[in-house]
Amino acid sequence: MKFYLFVLAGIFILQACNSGNNKTLPILGERELADRTVNGKIVQDTVYQTIAPFRYLNQDSIPVTDKDFNGKIYVADFFFTSCNTICPQMHRNMLKVYEQFKDNPEVKILSHSIDSKYDLPSRLKIYAGKLGIEGHQWEFVHGSSDSIYNVSAKNYLVAAYEDKSDAQGFVHQGWFILVDKNKRLRGAYDGTKADQVEVMIKDMQILLDEKVDAK
Amino acid sequence: MRNKIIYFIGLGFVFSVLFYSCQSEDQITFARYYVNGKGLYEKNCQNCHGANGEGLKKLYPALTDTTYIRNNKARLSCIIKYGLNEKIIINGQGYEEKMPGNTSLTAIDVTQILVYTGNSFGNKLGAFQLENVSAGLKDCR
Repeated sequence: MKFYLFVLAGIFILQACNSGNNKTLPILGERELADRTVNGKIVQDTVYQTIAPFRYLNQDSIPVTDKDFNGKIYVADFFFTSCNTICPQMHRNMLKVYEQFKDNPEVKILSHSIDSKYDLPSRLKIYAGKLGIEGHQWEFVHGSSDSIYNVSAKNYLVAAYEDKSDAQGFVHQGWFILVDKNKRLRGAYDGTKADQVEVMIKDMQILLDEKVDAK
Repeated sequence: MRNKIIYFIGLGFVFSVLFYSCQSEDQITFARYYVNGKGLYEKNCQNCHGANGEGLKKLYPALTDTTYIRNNKARLSCIIKYGLNEKIIINGQGYEEKMPGNTSLTAIDVTQILVYTGNSFGNKLGAFQLENVSAGLKDCR
């Protein structure tokens, strides 16, 4: 009896090692079956939720579109520059991500402002500058409130909208959403917690090492 | 001989317990303010100024500029409660972002936050008296 227990425990330990080494990230969001042609034959395949094409203005008033994120993994979040609740904590943590992957051409960060009235590109530029961000690896983007609230709810599955009853006028969640090179959702992390962001940084490395499926 | 040593150790222990339990009223108040102040800091200040008072780059000033803190001791309570809307220089860096006020804080809250921040992050301001802070808050604007 004791011997069997020992063997069982051994198997569990080995499996634990295995899954740790070859961790793959789940694909999140909606999915549906669709027909696809492979070598002239029609096969059924799962189609995952992806980020829809978008177009915003960044901190330098230059248009930023989904094409700028082709072949890159990126982290998306929602914030506003005058926010003094969770945003400072989120961007304190995001700075760690920025520093970790600085100058890596395959990694970008996309911060959507949900305050389209006040956070014009000039305002975002000042904010980015004070945060010590140069270049365009970390994009701070301005879009119409409709488009930002729409994309947060439908594409990134993050709650962000205006709410007059809130002291600062907005309801928004502090999720960091990890998006892969095929624009699929691969992770959601609480951007206000340093330990969750540590996990995300490790997961980003896993995602970078992942082979991209041929589409 | 051995018994004597044990006896003296025991005696020393009893005396030290007596000594430490005889903390003055002021020390107890200080300790209580400090602990409560830490909780209030985490709730009202930490998002921007950080868990270690480190601030955030050039957006939010650190609370580690001991010279500024010492020289503006009387003004700190007003800043905590009513915010700040002018340029200040902290650790040699200018900051001009508007700091929002925390007007819901009471005088005792402000005192406790002052005791915590004034004696953390390298600051050594010692105790703050509720009466003084209360009176100071009336002259803020």
